[in-house]
Amino acid sequence: MQAVDDPMPLTLADVVIRLAERTLLSVSATVMPGEVLTVMGPSGSGKSTLLAFAGGFLDPAFRVSGRILIGDRDLTDVAANERHAGILFQDPLLFPHLSVGGNILFAIPQAVKGQKMRRQIAEQALEQIGLAGFFDRDPETLSGGQKARVALQRTLVSAPRYLLLDEPFSKLDAALRQQTRALVFSKAKAAGVPIILVTHDGADAEAAGGRVIEVGSEAEA
Amino acid sequence: MGQRTRRPDQDRGVTYLTAGNGLLVIILGLPVLAGVAGTILPAFGYLPALGGFRPTTAHLVELAGQPHILRSVLVALAAGLITTLAALAIVGTFIAGFAGTPIFARVHHLVSPLLAVPHAAAAFALAFLIAPSGLLLRLVSPELTGFTRPPDWLLPNDPLALSMIAGLVTKEVPFLFLVTLASLPQLPLGRARQLMAALGYGRLSGFLISLWPMLYRQIRLPVFAVLVYSVSVVDVAMILGPQLPATLPVRIAHWAADHDLRMRFLASAGALLQLIVVFAAIGIWLVLERLGKFALTLLTLAGTRLREDMLPRAISGLAMAGCAAIIFSGLGALFIWSVAGLWPFPRALPGAITAKIWLRTSPQISEPVLTTVALALSASALALVIAISLLHRNGRGGNGASYKLLYLPLIVPEISFVFGLQILAISIGFTPAFPSVLAVHLLFVLPYVLLSLSAPWRELDPRFEQMAAGLGQSPLRVLFLIRLPLLFRACLTAFAVGFSVSVSLYLPTLLIGAGRLTTVTTEAVALSAGGDRRVIGVYALVQAALPFLAFLVASLGPQLLFRNRRAMRM
Repeated sequence: MQAVDDPMPLTLADVVIRLAERTLLSVSATVMPGEVLTVMGPSGSGKSTLLAFAGGFLDPAFRVSGRILIGDRDLTDVAANERHAGILFQDPLLFPHLSVGGNILFAIPQAVKGQKMRRQIAEQALEQIGLAGFFDRDPETLSGGQKARVALQRTLVSAPRYLLLDEPFSKLDAALRQQTRALVFSKAKAAGVPIILVTHDGADAEAAGGRVIEVGSEAEA
Repeated sequence: MGQRTRRPDQDRGVTYLTAGNGLLVIILGLPVLAGVAGTILPAFGYLPALGGFRPTTAHLVELAGQPHILRSVLVALAAGLITTLAALAIVGTFIAGFAGTPIFARVHHLVSPLLAVPHAAAAFALAFLIAPSGLLLRLVSPELTGFTRPPDWLLPNDPLALSMIAGLVTKEVPFLFLVTLASLPQLPLGRARQLMAALGYGRLSGFLISLWPMLYRQIRLPVFAVLVYSVSVVDVAMILGPQLPATLPVRIAHWAADHDLRMRFLASAGALLQLIVVFAAIGIWLVLERLGKFALTLLTLAGTRLREDMLPRAISGLAMAGCAAIIFSGLGALFIWSVAGLWPFPRALPGAITAKIWLRTSPQISEPVLTTVALALSASALALVIAISLLHRNGRGGNGASYKLLYLPLIVPEISFVFGLQILAISIGFTPAFPSVLAVHLLFVLPYVLLSLSAPWRELDPRFEQMAAGLGQSPLRVLFLIRLPLLFRACLTAFAVGFSVSVSLYLPTLLIGAGRLTTVTTEAVALSAGGDRRVIGVYALVQAALPFLAFLVASLGPQLLFRNRRAMRM
């Protein structure tokens, strides 16, 4: 897995999220490469908004103050596609018009030239998750667990500077969830980038094994 | 760390939004306003190109002196109001009575294709059914009627415009129905129904009291579009409407297309009058809205349950299905006529079938068909490109104002501004040609394409694009590699909608093309006055077939292109 630069810590500096006049959430933290910061809270607590802020696609209805930095570089004003934030959502969201391999190819940085080289990286990525020979398959024909794994590899081959995990296991059934969780955390930590996980599931936080910030525990007026 | 309420890319989004709307104003608003100005000035005698320099009311006086002008006005006004009221009543009652039932889904499938049938073809379909020598009377003659010769009825061009109203209703019902369907998901249909049923209300009264006001507010603009269209319609009125006197819009169209250019002044005065008629129609409709609201309040306060509502529900269901039945069987009648050999009254079917008419017509119809297709393809392709770039710039954020602006070319009566555009074109010395007709087609096609595309555009899961952006892809690559492929079907459908709108345009083609650019539609409508019924059958069928072909391609395209992608073929 090639990184853009050497892994650098991710800093959320005095990030406060407001909706109308209500303060939803306020966070200040630095996440080291390979470390997982878990933000726990019920739905509506603003934790997905925090990820949107970190990813660079915030709904204008929310007002956010504070900054996000990678190493010393301020990303707050950087467009989403320049941030290199790898995201995993609740759904795998494989692009349905592309093949399984096409999904991975799409994610490989454009700096990697040469069709052969790119194809090789994609094949390798699939092999690593036990899906060798799946390159030309229709993503719709994969099982839920297989889709989740492809989504993970797609994010990792894009050489992200940091990872944002938005309850990525909540829609998997219990057995699959544990398995996928173990795979995601091991691979994500191996990538050596800072990771922010938002979840409402205590087991996720436990498996992540890092710091936990609880938000929105009680409803605010 | 400073307090930030907006990040720069959002500010950029806001600029895009205004820039996008500005573009829309220029594309849609400017021609409409210029057209209206081009109508009003000559009405008062100002038209330098034709030697009119001094303001005068002579042309208005001349208009007032036209025989039976008042009757022309009143029939157009009444027919438009009755059409709108009837179509709204049918659709409203049907949705109130059947939303969420299996019948609803079936009627939905039955009615949807009607939207693609051009107004003129639908009007011919009805005419071929109800004419004294039409299919309906043949089916029951002479057994039930005793007729051995076609009776001397003034049908379909009855003086009370009943057949014209029927023809308009069959086309406006599907339009209003599909527009209403689009806003239905935003209503708490299930909960309201349970609540009102628990309170002992009938389906109709329960819907009327709990949901109708909300629903009506959402479909109000389309309702006004129907009203304005029905009051100002030309092609349907030429085919089905009264003659001697014809309705005002038809008379204006004749004046405007007259070879004597001085008649343009009279046409201008007429178009100005038409604008006033439309304002009057809207005024009357606003009063009707007030009355309706008042009646609904009385009904609500009285707690009227109206539990016995089977009859109106059944009528609305039958009316909905009837629209489909009329148009489909009428198209069938057109087809039979087009291949009929000798077919004396009252035989229900022709004695011989022949391809003679098709063979004889094909050389003369091929050029109008090519023109029609070329116009429709380029207008809808252009509209699709503009729609995509506007939606891309506007993003997912609010587009309330621009959305309403879309209806501008649909709310201003086309005869009042297209005629003005024709005058302007003459003044500038523009020769009528493909580009100018294309431009005016675009004006009518773009709103429908935008309306058709904007809902699926908004509904696409935003996380696909967020994901792609996170993978480092530029906005343009995300648009072309992710969004547009995912919206491929919606784009094709919007394209087909635009295509069918362009095919059905009569007046703009006639006035701007000035006889030099003929389409299947202008030819078919021209034939309606005394043309050979068999030839009309061919033209009307070809006109109806073109949009169907477009929708066929729109539904088959994704099947073929994405045959290995299950999620893309739904």
